[in-house]
Amino acid sequence: MGADAPVDPALGLRLLRAMLRVRRFEERCAELYSSTAIRGFVHLYVGEEAVAVGVLDALGPDDAVVATYRDHGHALARGLSMRSVMAEMYGKVEGCSGGRGGSMHLFDVGHGFYGGNAIVGGGLPLAVGLALAQRRTGSGGITVCFFGEGAVAEGEFHESMNLAALWDLPVLFCCENNLYAMGTALERSESNVDLAVKAASYGMPAWAVDGMDAPAVHHATSRAVAAVRSGDGPVFLELHTYRFRAHSMYDPERYRDHEEVDRWRDRDPIETLAATLRGLGALDDAGWDALEAEVAAEVDDAVAHAEAGTVEPVEDLTRHVYAERNGTAL
Amino acid sequence: MNPDRTVTYREALREGLRAALAGDDRVFLMGEDVGRYGGCFGVSLGLLEEFGPERVMDTPLSESAFVGAGIGAAIGGVRPIVEIMTVNFSLLALDQIVNNAATLRHMSGGQVGVPLVIRMTTGAGRQLAAQHSHSLEAWYAHVPGLRVVAPSTVADAAGMLLSALADPDPVLVFEHGALFGLTGELPDGPVPVDLDRAVVRRPGRDVTVAAHGAALHASLAAAEELAADGVEVEVVDLRTLRPLDHDTVLASVRRTGRLVVAEDGWRSGGIGAELAARVAEQGFWDLDAPVGRVAAAEVPIPYAKQLEDAALVSPVRVASAVRAVLS
Repeated sequence: MGADAPVDPALGLRLLRAMLRVRRFEERCAELYSSTAIRGFVHLYVGEEAVAVGVLDALGPDDAVVATYRDHGHALARGLSMRSVMAEMYGKVEGCSGGRGGSMHLFDVGHGFYGGNAIVGGGLPLAVGLALAQRRTGSGGITVCFFGEGAVAEGEFHESMNLAALWDLPVLFCCENNLYAMGTALERSESNVDLAVKAASYGMPAWAVDGMDAPAVHHATSRAVAAVRSGDGPVFLELHTYRFRAHSMYDPERYRDHEEVDRWRDRDPIETLAATLRGLGALDDAGWDALEAEVAAEVDDAVAHAEAGTVEPVEDLTRHVYAERNGTAL
Repeated sequence: MNPDRTVTYREALREGLRAALAGDDRVFLMGEDVGRYGGCFGVSLGLLEEFGPERVMDTPLSESAFVGAGIGAAIGGVRPIVEIMTVNFSLLALDQIVNNAATLRHMSGGQVGVPLVIRMTTGAGRQLAAQHSHSLEAWYAHVPGLRVVAPSTVADAAGMLLSALADPDPVLVFEHGALFGLTGELPDGPVPVDLDRAVVRRPGRDVTVAAHGAALHASLAAAEELAADGVEVEVVDLRTLRPLDHDTVLASVRRTGRLVVAEDGWRSGGIGAELAARVAEQGFWDLDAPVGRVAAAEVPIPYAKQLEDAALVSPVRVASAVRAVLS
């Protein structure tokens, strides 16, 4: 299936549901932030859902994932329970990182989810190392590394691309190009804005994908994953996308105009896919309403679970700094 | 066992690496010029030929990427030993060491341990000037989540690596460049070292001197000189700078009543500052004199020999500090 090929209804419905879960989760996070139930930096994935959902649906259970600080969508798409992610927003023991990480640092080793990394570019070397371990142990898994286009300006990006290609490591680099590194537009920070070309210069296959089209992302990722899994080394995908909301909850958005945001909103990945599925006869009003109701119930349940969660006693403050030996911290 | 077996600090480091590679198939060494070149300072000479390119991996000059790759690989179930040529170059990997290696266990609520060993050369004394000579172990010792160790004897050079590999957390091993030619007996080959404890290298009743690295040897030389004058100095080798074993130092100060801390790094915010503060907090009433400190002069280490010598800890400066706390 190419980008113009018909969408498989079963796949389309699965991707639609996954994107809607992320969208509604994020919208609830915004409300909870406004009501001060959750704090810290919160970076919402609204508008970019097709990227995480399309990519992660094409992975296997033995693969590893490294994400960025805008990681709620990746965590949910990877299969972390909405309860555990919401509990992390609340800083509760039941959170996927036990409340120590928060919004930017969701972890779940059981799902091969090695964190939101909040240093731009900082996750790339880590992903290279996870892939090195996968190859050395013969696990058969690959590592998928998400990062924004802003990371391309970091030295760690170039060092990691080179090392992964030099050693033929099984890494899928997924560059989420949402055009702005916080408030700095790509053309204001890069001498060459064709990021796939930069990646290709390291000797790996690299191509750009419409990151607002979940089935297209899924299709491209399936191709890329097959290549990476075959042992031929890393692949780079540049996923063109856009965040509909502010960079974080503090962002007054002085750097872009509303017309630009509206143009991208017209390409909303959820509405686009829903329309496609309606056209195929795979979705109708009743089906959509049922999906909305199911997701709303899951979000409500996650919030209730988080609010009822356990507050870790401050006596435990210094746990998890070092491995525990005989039950005590080092 | 060979009781007369004498090796250099460099050879001892190599024996530690060889034992580590031979003892666990998951272990591999990676870094700049560790393979074909044999290591910038010759530490890994011959290991590529002995263990092959999958176990001894030359990396590009990409400190952040190969240290980060070491972190990722450690998380992924193998046991990398990453070599960084010098502590000055480690600053190019500071993001990975401080923001990832030191934090992942905590940020993940205990899920992600990083059993990684990072070795690097530290210290001055070879006229290598200000970008190859610094002693920044105190910076790293500031960071929770890291373990920081400094082998200062031939036996520790051989054995500390094995202990570091057995540790479930990231361990930074600071190998002092001025000690590579140091000789000592290694009758049993590499023997694991207790990384939680400092150790008394020379007993004495009058003054405690705590040190590591080249400053330890300056302190031992000073103790020898002072002994001729009837002053008995107890020299404590700190060995591990984080977690700092102040209990061993406090126990020594209870016997001697006086403390001098000697270190190769700068005085401001140094190991001596930390140790002096802990002794002031927990051993104040055992002190008969203010704590003395000997450290590098507060200057980027210069090239010219007389200036470099003047910047560094020497037996004369340690002896002078000891006499000052006795007067």
